[in-house]
Amino acid sequence: MAAPSSDRTATPVIFELGSEGRANRYVEPGEPLESFLPSEALRADLPLPNHSELDVVRHYTRLSQRTFGIDLGFYPLGSCTMKYNPRINDAMAAKPEFAQLHPYTPDAYAQGALAVMYELERNLSSLFGMAAFSLNPAAGAHAELTALLIAKRYFRDRGETKRDKVIVPDTAHGTNPASAAMCGFHVISLPSDERGRVSVEALSQVVGDDTAVCMMTNPNTLGLFEESIAAVAAVVHAAGGLMYYDGANANALMGNARPGDMGFDLMHLNTHKTFTIPHGGGGAGHGPIGVAAHLVDYLPTPVVVATERGGDASGAPSDRLTFRLDFDRPKSIGPVRSFWSNFAHAVRALAYIYANGAEGLTRVSQLAVLNANYLRVKIAEFLETPYAEICRHEFVVSAQSLKRETGVRALDIAKALLDRGFMAPTMYFPLIVPECLMIEPTETESKETLDEFVGALREIVSRAHSAPDELFAAPVTTVVGRVDETLAARRPDLRWEARAQQEKDPSTVKKVTKVNF
Amino acid sequence: MYAPHTDADVEAMLAVVGVGSLEELMRVPEAIALRDPLDIVPSLPEYQLARRFDRIAERNDGVGFRSFLGGGAYRHYAPPAISALVMRGEFLTAYTPYQAEVSQGYLQAIYEWQSYICLLTGMDVSNASVYDGATALAESTIMAINATGRRKVLVSRAVHPNYRAVLQTYCDGLDVEVDEVGYAADGTTDLAALEAAVASNQYAAIAIQSPNFFGSVDALPKKTADAVRASETVIIAVVAEALSLAALTPPSEWGANIVAGEAQSFGVPVAYGGPYVGFIAATKEHLRRIPGRLAGKSVDDSGRTAYVLTLQAREQHIRRERATSNICTNQAHCALIATIYLALMGRSGLRDVASLNCKRSREAATALSSIDGIDLRFNAPFFNEFVVDFHRPAAGVLDALARREILGGIDLGRYYTELRTCALVTATELTTSGDIAALATALEEEARGRAVV
Repeated sequence: MAAPSSDRTATPVIFELGSEGRANRYVEPGEPLESFLPSEALRADLPLPNHSELDVVRHYTRLSQRTFGIDLGFYPLGSCTMKYNPRINDAMAAKPEFAQLHPYTPDAYAQGALAVMYELERNLSSLFGMAAFSLNPAAGAHAELTALLIAKRYFRDRGETKRDKVIVPDTAHGTNPASAAMCGFHVISLPSDERGRVSVEALSQVVGDDTAVCMMTNPNTLGLFEESIAAVAAVVHAAGGLMYYDGANANALMGNARPGDMGFDLMHLNTHKTFTIPHGGGGAGHGPIGVAAHLVDYLPTPVVVATERGGDASGAPSDRLTFRLDFDRPKSIGPVRSFWSNFAHAVRALAYIYANGAEGLTRVSQLAVLNANYLRVKIAEFLETPYAEICRHEFVVSAQSLKRETGVRALDIAKALLDRGFMAPTMYFPLIVPECLMIEPTETESKETLDEFVGALREIVSRAHSAPDELFAAPVTTVVGRVDETLAARRPDLRWEARAQQEKDPSTVKKVTKVNF
Repeated sequence: MYAPHTDADVEAMLAVVGVGSLEELMRVPEAIALRDPLDIVPSLPEYQLARRFDRIAERNDGVGFRSFLGGGAYRHYAPPAISALVMRGEFLTAYTPYQAEVSQGYLQAIYEWQSYICLLTGMDVSNASVYDGATALAESTIMAINATGRRKVLVSRAVHPNYRAVLQTYCDGLDVEVDEVGYAADGTTDLAALEAAVASNQYAAIAIQSPNFFGSVDALPKKTADAVRASETVIIAVVAEALSLAALTPPSEWGANIVAGEAQSFGVPVAYGGPYVGFIAATKEHLRRIPGRLAGKSVDDSGRTAYVLTLQAREQHIRRERATSNICTNQAHCALIATIYLALMGRSGLRDVASLNCKRSREAATALSSIDGIDLRFNAPFFNEFVVDFHRPAAGVLDALARREILGGIDLGRYYTELRTCALVTATELTTSGDIAALATALEEEARGRAVV
C-alpha cells in the first residue's frame, strides 16, 4: 500500500482506506444499543471506516515521516524556543501512577500528584522572583487571559473601574492585544524607539489613571534586553497600573535575572518552551502564571496548599508535607479550565528542573544567549542585522536589501532552508522589521550545527545573486512544493466528505466505495 | 544540562562574539541584578531523578483503587499502538505546522481530526482543537456573542459545574451575564423553564449538555429547539463524554449550531486532569468565528494535494486585538491521539465500546439500587454514568468507601447543595463485575452499619 517516505505522491486520508468487514478486537463485541437506550435517543448511523491495526500503523507512520520535528534537525523558530526534549521527562509523565490518576481522586490518595504541583510551583516562584505561581492555564495565551482577568478583578475590588487601557509595545506577540481585548480592555500600542526598546518618555505620554496593565516581553521579540525596565515599571506603578511579563523569552533569563526583581506584578511562562516539554505539533502547552504578593488571592482555583508537617525532616519539602486542592478562595477569579492543570506537563517541567538544578538552569540561559550571539555575528557577515548589539537568546535579520538587489524575500530564504534540512526561522515577525527572519538557536544546539546553518544561509544568499530562480522554486526536496495558501483560504476544504469527494474526483470513487456507510 | 558545549567551544564562541565571559554576556543593570542564590532543588543524575519520581508516584495510592469516577474525565482502554505512533519523535517534537511543506503529515492528521469530529457531531466544520471541554464551551459562547451582539447567555444547571464555572470566569472578563436554567425531576434540563427564558429574545446562546453532568441523555426535543431558534438564540451543545457520540443522536440532529466538547475519552490518559483536548464544531455560517487553528486542503505549485493552516486572518498574530480569540495553539498531540484511537477502533470498535459502557453502567445501577436505602436519583435514560442517592451525606459514604480502596463516585454536594446525599457513579468498559460486586458489598455493609471504618 504505502510508498517510501521520499515519494511525492499524495497519501490518501484515513477515510479512503479500510473495509467494512474489518474489526479490531480491542474489546468484546457489544450488544445492540437498543438493549440499553430508547431508539429515539440513538443515532441511525456512524459513518466511520473500519481498519486493520497494521493499516493504521502504516498510515500514521507514513504521516510522521512527512513531518519535521526537532528530532530530525535544527529548529531555529524565534520566540518559540524549540530545544531538545529529554526523553526522561516523557518517561516520568507516562508513569501509570501519574497517567492513570483520575482528577477527582480525593486529595488524600493523590498526594504524589499534589507534591509534583507544589514543588514545581515553589521552584518556579524562586526562579522568577514571584510570590506564587498557578499551574492552571493550559498555554501562554491562556495564561495572559488569566492574568488580565486577575488585573480586572483587582482593580474592581479597589473601586478603580475606569482603568480600561492595556499598553502593549509594537514588538509584542499578537496574543497580548488579543488577550486584552478578550477582557474588554482597550489596547494602546506603544512604538519602540530607534534602538528597538520601549522609551520611558513615550510610555510616560500614554500612561495615566486609566492604565490597567503594561504588557512586556524582556528580552523583547527583537532579542534585546530592556535596560530601562526598572524605570518603565516605576512609571507604570506610579500611575497605579500593573506590569505584566510575557514569559515567551524566559529562556534568556533563567537563573540570571528575575521578572520579580524587574518590577513585574504578573507573568506567565511557557513551560513547553523553556522547560523542554515537547510541543507535539502545536500543543498541548502549559502556561503557569506567577504573581506578586498583592495578587496571590486572585489566582484561579484550585490552588495547591500544604496542610501540615509530617515527622520526617529529610529529603525534599514534598516528603515532609501533605497537600490539598483549595477551591475556597473568595477573591479568586474562578477556574479557567475543566480540571486542575496540564498535569503531565508539570511532571515534565519538574523533571527538567531536577535534571538541571539552579546551576544548570543558570547555565542553560547563558549558553542559549551565547549561541544566539555567535549566530548573529556570523550571519552579520552576509545579511543585515538591524540591531547590531549583544542580543539575548534570539535576534532578527532583515532580507530587505537582499530583496531590493535580487528579488529574493525572507520567505524564499525560509523555503530554501527547508531544502537544506533545516526548519525555517520565524518569518515576518516582529512586524516592525521589514523582510524579517527571527532566529533562536537555543542552548541544545552544538557549535557544529550552528556552523552548518551559517554555511547554508551563506550559500542561499550567494545563490540569491547568482541564481535567484532556484530560490523562488524552493522547496524542491520536500513531499510537496509551495502550497497555495490563497486557494486554501478562498475555497476552504476543512474536512473529508464522502459524497463531495466522489463528485469532485471520479478517480477516488473506487476507494471510497470500499467503505460501506 | 542538555547543552553540548565543550569548554573549548565556549571559549571560541565568546571570542567570535567579542565578549570576555558568559557573565559579561548576561550582564543586566545593577538595580535588577540577581542578589540571592535561588531556592531550587539540587540537580540529580538521571537515575536518581527517576528514583525520586518513583517515591513521589508512590504517594498516588488512589491510582490502584477500584474506581467509579467519571464526571468529564473517563478511563477507557487505549490500544498500545496509539502510544507507539504518537511517541515517534517527528510527531512529538514538531511545532505548530507553519512551514507546510515539511509538515504535511501533521497537517493531514489535523485535517483527519477535523473530519472525524464533523462526522461524529454531524456538524459542517471543526477547528484543530482547543484546550479542553470547559474552554471549548467558553470560546463557543464568545462565538455566539459575536454572532448575535447580545450580552447574556443561558446555561443549563445540568452542564458540568466546572464548565459552567469557567464560562462564568470568561464572561466576567467580557462583562457578559450568565443565567442558569434548572433541571427537572428526571435529571434533564427543565424545558418549560428554558422555553420561557428564551422567549425574552435576549440570549446570545443557550448551552445544553448531553449526556449531561448527571449522565442523563439531555437532547433538545424538536419543539424546544424550534422555540430557541425562533428567538434567534444560538444552541450550543456540550459533549463531555465524546464516546457517547458513537451511540446517541448527534447534536446536529437536535438543532445545535455549535458543538463544544472534550475528546479525552478517545485514548487520552486521564492524567489527573490534563492535558486534554477540546473541540469546537459548528454549522458553516459560523466558520469565520471559530477560534484557533484550522487545517485546509489545497494544492502545491505542481497541482498536487497539499495541506496548510488556513483562514489565519481570524487569528491573533495577524488581527491582534480584533482576533476572534487569543488562542494561538491547538492540542495537536492530544488530537493526534484521538484521531489514531478513532482510526483503530473504527465504527465497529467504537460501537462495541459504547455498548459495553451502557451495559456495565446498567449493571452497576442495578446492583446499587437493589441495596436498601440507596436509590437512583433520576430516571432519564443514561449513557455510562448515573446519580445514586444514599439518603445521607454522600461525602461520608464516599470517604468510607475510599478507606476500603474504592473510589465510589463524585460527591454531588460539592456542586449542588440539594444533592448532597447523592453521588455521580460511572462505569466504563474497564469496570469489571468484580469492581461492581465490591462496591455493592461495601455499600451494603456500610448501610447495615456492620463495617468498622
